Amino acid sequence: MALKRKKKGKKTLVNIILGIICFIWLLPTLGLFVSSFRPAADILHTGWWKVLPHQAWSAGETIQLPKEVDLREPIAVNGTNYSDDQLKAGVTVDGKRLLWENRRARTINVQEKAWEFKPALTLQNYKNVLSGKEYKLKEADGSETLQKGTGLSQAFWNTLTIAVPATVIPVLIASFAAYAFAWLRFPGRKTLFVMIIAMLVIPLQVALIPVLKDYTSLGLNGSYLGIWLAHTAFGLPLVTYFMYNFISQLPKDLFESAFMDGASHFTIFAKLILPLSVPALASIGIFQFLWVWNDYLVSLIFIGNQPSVQVMSMKIADLVGSRGNDWHLLTSAAFISMLMPLAIFFLLQKYFVRGLMGGSIKG
Amino acid sequence: MSSQAKQRISMRAVLLSIGVLIANIAVNGLIFMFFRDSTLNPLITAVLAVLWGVLGVYLIYYTLTWAVEQYPDDIGKRVLPFIFIGPAVILLGWLLVLPALRTLYLSFFNASSEKFVGLSNYAAIFSDHLMATALRNNLLWVFVGTLACVAMGLLIAILADRSSYEKIAKSIIFMPMAISFVAAGVIWKFIYYYQPGDEQIGLLNAIVTFFGGEPQAWTSMIQPWNNFFLIIILIWMQTGFAMVIFSAAIKGVPEDILEAARVDGSNEVKIFFRIIIPYISTTILTVTTTIIVFTLKIFDVVMVMTGGQYDTEVVATQFYRQFFMYRNFGYGSTLAIVLLIAVLPVIIINLRQFRKQGGF
Repeated sequence: MALKRKKKGKKTLVNIILGIICFIWLLPTLGLFVSSFRPAADILHTGWWKVLPHQAWSAGETIQLPKEVDLREPIAVNGTNYSDDQLKAGVTVDGKRLLWENRRARTINVQEKAWEFKPALTLQNYKNVLSGKEYKLKEADGSETLQKGTGLSQAFWNTLTIAVPATVIPVLIASFAAYAFAWLRFPGRKTLFVMIIAMLVIPLQVALIPVLKDYTSLGLNGSYLGIWLAHTAFGLPLVTYFMYNFISQLPKDLFESAFMDGASHFTIFAKLILPLSVPALASIGIFQFLWVWNDYLVSLIFIGNQPSVQVMSMKIADLVGSRGNDWHLLTSAAFISMLMPLAIFFLLQKYFVRGLMGGSIKG
Repeated sequence: MSSQAKQRISMRAVLLSIGVLIANIAVNGLIFMFFRDSTLNPLITAVLAVLWGVLGVYLIYYTLTWAVEQYPDDIGKRVLPFIFIGPAVILLGWLLVLPALRTLYLSFFNASSEKFVGLSNYAAIFSDHLMATALRNNLLWVFVGTLACVAMGLLIAILADRSSYEKIAKSIIFMPMAISFVAAGVIWKFIYYYQPGDEQIGLLNAIVTFFGGEPQAWTSMIQPWNNFFLIIILIWMQTGFAMVIFSAAIKGVPEDILEAARVDGSNEVKIFFRIIIPYISTTILTVTTTIIVFTLKIFDVVMVMTGGQYDTEVVATQFYRQFFMYRNFGYGSTLAIVLLIAVLPVIIINLRQFRKQGGF
């Protein structure tokens, strides 16, 4: 009985610690999410957690100072003296705060703490970031300024155009190769395969300069084909290794009979291997897709500054550099770029996890 | 069948296969030109490009294997594997192996790749202050980052295994894996955001001021401690990866061993260090290797967060700067090679592991 209670207590402790860790882990993304819906002026002046109910000073009664009071001398309010600077910053007395309401009109506001819950949320930020049209921005002082939108939608399509083939092509090429490595016998098989395994860990930086030179001379720079090929090559070692692990585990007699019936290797591959490999293809495909979708370095180098092909990560990094304090743009842009990965993550989590473990848990 | 007839078939096959090859190159080349010069609506271009990219590859394989089938069986059998692995080998050779060798070659030349300078780039890198900082920071990233990811991953995996909401907790910890480093950079820039005065909109400074502290410019303050604030981002993103794999491995520890230890009176901490850790040691090694390799190449975080200012430069950002801003091909190449040398032990360990698994 005592043991059971002890066990239960332990479990509660585990739950609490894990809960705290999860909360910390979630907090950064939550902050971004909330901020992306707040008006620009609000983000700059109050923390995003202020959308939750919180205590804030609210305006109370107004004290009118007599005309003859010299504002450079200590100012007497309700029998106590305050300096001008104190009133500028606000002084707290008995839970109330004294603050200049209008220094020129000599009015002081007595504020009280009160619960406040009036989150102002808007879709403006998203509209601005997506459309790229000019739009009005309300400043804190009530004036309006015109701002050019950032036009992320083009970049969104570019990213998709790059990511889909850059996922399918390497997975297809790698599957053909994996099939050959697993089930066909040819000279140099072992050496080639071990070389591909070794390439798993080669930093792609060693390839960038020469590949860029080749691309420049071939006119592939800033083209879809060029970036597909780059992503394909850089992703191939992992995808091949993963697909090899899967395809080589398939039972041999399964397609031996097909071979006896006179099916060619291509037919066997297309009609038998590919359908059988769907779970593996899906999991490594998701992984490759996310990798390409989230990539920054490869795009930065092979796309350069052609806006018509730029991907989202580049646009956002640009935004950070050029408009680092425009949080309303940054937060919504970042969240748009996260939509696809997050959707895939939550919908296909099972496959995603399997894709991760395929290459690493064996052994 | 006479040998002459056989030869005639081969002749036809040879012509066919050459024709197929040329047709493939020509058609795909034309399509490529079309896309490069096209002024179509971006959405239509995107759809067409995706179609071409996906179907094109499949058709290349299809036509080539078809051409090979025109040959007599014994020849076809010998050629076919090379068609299957061909595209992979050609791409890897062209875009990874040859470039690595060319980069090695370039690293012995001066900035404009015209004059042979021997090892002086390497000497310069280890004496240059900026480079030294980049190397030091990279080591910091690798040691601190990897250690923290592995330790946190293990801790959370163990906790989740014993908690009552394992699935949700694991999803939450794992989620940052799906986010790009650029987006993560924005997220964390906002957390570390600093502005003078009382009201802080950055979470960390708000907490600090709430407890009466002075707000800090976290990513640019007292160097080199600011690097740790960048490394925290890596930990936030990569712990999930370690956790998922450790969690799977921990579930593989046989229950009866754990029960036996509990009956013997071992406490949970002892069980963790004496049984679980040794049991999953290979997994720990693989995860550590993966994170080390990953961390060595770290680029996006630093680029987005500080742009390498305030002594937060790492090898990859220095590489980018040397190559793209200063056009110093010699330095750029040398840095890439240094990175490669740093990864070499990891490659060797991985290959050994692979052979031990009996991959071949």
